[in-house]
Amino acid sequence: MTLPPTAGARLLRQAPALTVALLTVPVAAGVIGTLMPALSQDFRGFRAVFDWPGLQAAVWLSVSTGVGATLLSLSLTLLLIASLHGTKAFSALQGVLAPLLSVPHAAAALGLAFLIAPSGWIARALSPGLTGWQVPPDLLILNDPYGIALTLGLVTKEVPFLMLMALAALPQTDAIRRMAVAQSLGASRVIAFSIAVLPALYAQLRLPIYAVLAYAMTSVEMAMILGPTLPHTLAAQVVIWMADPTLTHRATAAAGAVVQLGAVIGVLASWRLAEVFARRLLIHLAHRGARGALLDRPARAAAVATGTLVAGALIFGLAGLALWSVAGLWSFPNTLPDSLTLNTWTRAAPDLTATAAQTLRIAGAATLVALALVLACLEAEHRFAMHPGARALWVLYLPLLVPQVAFLPGLSVLSLSLGAGGHWLVVACAHLVFVLPYVFLSLAPSFRAWDGRVAIAGAALGAPPSAVFWRLRLPMLLRPVLTALAIGMAVSIGQYLPTLLIGGGRIETLTTEAVALSSGGNRRLIGAYALLQMLLPALFFAAALGIPALTFRNRRGMGVAP
Amino acid sequence: MSQTLRLENLTITRGPDVLVHLDLTVQPGEVLTIMGASGSGKSTALAAILGTLTPDFTRTGRVWLGTREITSLPSHLRRIGLLFQDDVLFPHLSVGGNLGFGIPPDVKGRSQRRALIEGALSSADLSGFADRDPATLSGGQRARVALMRTLLARPAALLLDEPFSRLDAALRAQIRSFVLARVAQNGLATILVTHDHEDAQAAGGRVISPLGHPLARQP
Repeated sequence: MTLPPTAGARLLRQAPALTVALLTVPVAAGVIGTLMPALSQDFRGFRAVFDWPGLQAAVWLSVSTGVGATLLSLSLTLLLIASLHGTKAFSALQGVLAPLLSVPHAAAALGLAFLIAPSGWIARALSPGLTGWQVPPDLLILNDPYGIALTLGLVTKEVPFLMLMALAALPQTDAIRRMAVAQSLGASRVIAFSIAVLPALYAQLRLPIYAVLAYAMTSVEMAMILGPTLPHTLAAQVVIWMADPTLTHRATAAAGAVVQLGAVIGVLASWRLAEVFARRLLIHLAHRGARGALLDRPARAAAVATGTLVAGALIFGLAGLALWSVAGLWSFPNTLPDSLTLNTWTRAAPDLTATAAQTLRIAGAATLVALALVLACLEAEHRFAMHPGARALWVLYLPLLVPQVAFLPGLSVLSLSLGAGGHWLVVACAHLVFVLPYVFLSLAPSFRAWDGRVAIAGAALGAPPSAVFWRLRLPMLLRPVLTALAIGMAVSIGQYLPTLLIGGGRIETLTTEAVALSSGGNRRLIGAYALLQMLLPALFFAAALGIPALTFRNRRGMGVAP
Repeated sequence: MSQTLRLENLTITRGPDVLVHLDLTVQPGEVLTIMGASGSGKSTALAAILGTLTPDFTRTGRVWLGTREITSLPSHLRRIGLLFQDDVLFPHLSVGGNLGFGIPPDVKGRSQRRALIEGALSSADLSGFADRDPATLSGGQRARVALMRTLLARPAALLLDEPFSRLDAALRAQIRSFVLARVAQNGLATILVTHDHEDAQAAGGRVISPLGHPLARQP
């Protein structure tokens, strides 16, 4: 005798399908919506793009900064793990890198810009003593034509991301024992890691790396702030075409987006090919019995130096933002402001409050829906013994792999034609597509690792599955749930392109404002917006630590008490 | 409220291997012991009786509780209590919260539920422990709380999955007699799974293998 399923259970069973649809339908519809205008009117858009003299340089910039930033970020991440994993320096770095992940791309880029600009902190610290500069030099350090500043900016954001993904994957690779065995056979740390751990680790890191590659090639807000301007990177140029008020460049923008998509696909395919060669090289190294005894010391030094540099660039950049927002007069080349004032904050307070409220409303709606869906998916997986395979993971990564510029323009046209453009709820729906994967990736490991005997104990005490979920599983997972919530909020707060395009320019969040201000020269106001943009996610991360610690301060078994 | 637990040709296979074959009845107040080495399928038998068998096992046969067939019933409706090897107290709830979780929802009223919790605690020599964090209790105290929690849920039969094996020798005999006394007091049909001959000896009932062969109580 089996009981008929309740309405709740039937709904729960649909959750995974609904989530898959939410991840795939907008992307597919958006790509089609982008493709249509590009193909319309006898390929007018494509002809315009191919006639644009900057095309070759723009595509090359997209490839060089994207591949460069990914290669650097990946090498640095692997170098850090290979030479420092298990040491004290590593746990220190780990503690710094995790919160840095919550810094929005725009804030990180603005911080870096304030640091390296000709009138930035580094120039000030060295002037006039070492440089002799009394006025900021006329150097094109920011927005340099080679995209070096952009590449560096991307690296500061992608290293924390890859690092956290790698740290999550490491325990599944049996890294500690494999390293120990390889080292006992005489291999150096670096070689032991490369031969015994890297292959398994890379398999787990593959999708995050592809996401980094796709993002780095097509990031718009970072390219607007740090990237070259003559020409822009292709993604930034597409958005500029999109923003043209006369709408004459819509077809050009669409065709540019298709070219961008093609470039990403081409680079991803080449990367896959490079993986095969790298694999052969590793096998060759292993067969040759490489030991690399002399590698460890320089590798370690390089890891410490570059790791500190990346973390330092971010931290000092953000500190610079904070300082500018309270600076009175700050004349060059003084290292610190001549006076401090809250004028910027008090004057901008009404705007800042309204914009922050809008930002939080969108982020809150997107994140709560994402969290509910993710919990429903994971609970369905547990209750109905579903086994999501590799394909499910690809679906999860789909919105992160398809460049935003390739599907958001189409989606924006679609939402406008449905008469839904420019409403904050529609923007929240677009954010949901990007928030969902991160909330899922953050929560799934803890949810799945939860001790299943607790559920059996609950059932044996007569508790139905819903009571087991609400009264046992959810409270016991309070901390990972709140962390996933904070990550969702951070992702939404940091979204630039979806807000800009789906909002039709009518929705202003801290991120769109900060990027819009970046082209002007008001450093104090930029500082205030960027700082707030960075502080909001930080608040949620603090709450994700504080609330469980407070709630379970008398529950040692929860492992959250200080 | 205690009932007869009947396993009617309960057979569990995984691939070609027959892990469990039991055809027997456990009377109220009787403790049946299933003995075997680890991996011999004795815990699998309990999972089938409770309804938590994973899909890689195949079950045939039926499980009866009194006149009710419970073979395909969801676990939480079977009214079968379980004690694990570990106490599996809920770490986010107080001791009182853990006991309260076991009390059926049809017991209404805060004071009535509170009285049941206090009564259970005092009968386990744990008066005044209701607000304690379970993580601060000793192993013996935790084991007693786990049993009281199971009994408060008013099961019609009880399964014991090596509940004494993690306790040290001195505590073991003490907790074992505490549990067995409660089982007798409540007149519960009980199945004990163990690999320890002393447990089987103390249980005092029939001793069989997972395949249903009678075993001697003494080694």
